[in-house]
Amino acid sequence: MATENLVMKATGLVKRFGKVTALDGADFELRPGEILAVIGDNGAGKSSLIKCLSGASIPDEGHVWLDGKEIHFKTPMDARRAGIETVYQDLAVAPAMTIAENLFLGRETRRQGFLGKYLGALDKKKMLEESVARMQELKVGIRSMTQAVETLSGGQRQCVAVGRAAAFAQHVVIMDEPTAALGVKEGNMVLELIRRVRDRGLPVVLISHNMPHVFEVADRIHVARLGRRAAVLNPKKISMSDTVAVMTGAMPPESIPAECLAH
Amino acid sequence: MDSLKGKLPPISQLGPFIALFIACVFFALTTDRFFSAENLSLILQQVMVVGVIAIGQTLIILTGGIDLSCGMVMALGSIVMTKFAADFGLPTVIAVLCGLGVTVLFGLINGLLVTTIKLPPFIVTLGTFNVAFAITQLYSQAQTVTDIPDAMTWLGNTFQLGGGAVSYGAVFMIILYVLVWLWLRETGAGRHVYAVGNNPEATRLVGIPTERVLLGVYVLAGLFYGIASLLAVARTGVGDPNAGQTENLDAITAVVLGGTSLFGGRGVILGSLAGAVVVGVLRNGLTLMGVSSVYQVLVTGILVILAVSVDQLSRKSTR
Repeated sequence: MATENLVMKATGLVKRFGKVTALDGADFELRPGEILAVIGDNGAGKSSLIKCLSGASIPDEGHVWLDGKEIHFKTPMDARRAGIETVYQDLAVAPAMTIAENLFLGRETRRQGFLGKYLGALDKKKMLEESVARMQELKVGIRSMTQAVETLSGGQRQCVAVGRAAAFAQHVVIMDEPTAALGVKEGNMVLELIRRVRDRGLPVVLISHNMPHVFEVADRIHVARLGRRAAVLNPKKISMSDTVAVMTGAMPPESIPAECLAH
Repeated sequence: MDSLKGKLPPISQLGPFIALFIACVFFALTTDRFFSAENLSLILQQVMVVGVIAIGQTLIILTGGIDLSCGMVMALGSIVMTKFAADFGLPTVIAVLCGLGVTVLFGLINGLLVTTIKLPPFIVTLGTFNVAFAITQLYSQAQTVTDIPDAMTWLGNTFQLGGGAVSYGAVFMIILYVLVWLWLRETGAGRHVYAVGNNPEATRLVGIPTERVLLGVYVLAGLFYGIASLLAVARTGVGDPNAGQTENLDAITAVVLGGTSLFGGRGVILGSLAGAVVVGVLRNGLTLMGVSSVYQVLVTGILVILAVSVDQLSRKSTR
């Protein structure tokens, strides 16, 4: 597929930590409107790859493109400004603050006129209305946006974090183990939300250890192994056990049946 | 729609008002002079120094920190402004600004140590507590500064209101409270103070410069201690090198009684005003009852422990 049609692309990423090579020429491709799962054993270079994409670390070698333009993120803020939002597994919300405040944290809307411009007064009403609209759009069933986040269940909190990312991301939402800290039902709630984010046209990069979750929502599966991309699999064709075999190296990439590879 | 229950503030925020009510009823019943206009205005004047220190202290506690140096920094500020005026004959405004400069500098030092070397605020401010105390003693040679211009005590002047005398300083304190309350509630920077205390990591991840927020809070606290220095001078009419010793713990007591969580991120600043009044009422009422000051210290100590326990228990129940 041509580079222009990819939302994000990376080639030959290398990241070394002293003598340890975390990334050894990794490639990455994200298509518009897809959920791309990134899986891999511990030390396969999964988190290093995601950190390079989200600006949390700078690759030693290689190139990253966003919408066909090469980018050089120095900090997570750079990535955020470029329209890439990241959701972290450990419920990154301020518990005593309201849902609306959490959604707008760091991006508050100010009032019009003197009060807003010179005194920094916030337009709480507008933020509240927008929060209601955004969460309705994503069908998150939370009644009041003025309740403190700590009154919510873990899954609902994660929905707030995902909702925040989806609301502000222009190009990509990266989710780092968003369901890891959650129970079965709560996890499903978040998966459902991830699907809705995708359906609204935002591509999602989903890092997960949870194979059933990956198979439930992913359109393609990027398998990281030994600091490289071992294969990109089609979850509709390949079995879960074969996927694990590719991940652990028990099944060499050459021996994967052609129809199981994602195109 | 929110139910009425959702609108009511949690018990930790109502606490100081309940405590205030009980204390007032108790002292009204046990002493005859408590509810006289004269006595109430006296309480307000006694409260203003602790009250203004408590504003700075609240900001720091909201970020999850604590400032043990507040009273000592306040004392140093009042020594600097009175001595600069008395010894060098500096105009009052300049001398006061110098005093404020010193307290702000201490805030800055506290803030820099907390944000750049990442030391726990407890240890940092325990250090600056001693530094400020020592400098105060050395610079004043442990002598009270008496020869100060009238203009410096202007805030201690009073006007008549409903049979009692209200000092300008007390009015100034209330104005400061309202301003800071609005700032914390209605501005982005104010909300970020809460966010930093709530979840510093999440706050950093959404792109808020948490270090700058923290540093700003410590500097701002220094400014409030400086204002408290001026109020202390105005109230007593002297620069007292031994000031700040009861105010130090009283301010922390006021904040904790006021329902601000020592774990950071929750609380309302107006609660600290109520807390400061509770502390003032207790000291005043117990004095009227003829209870010795050692017992007053005992009562304040027990109050802090009670308030912190309530804070901890209510935190657990919401988890």
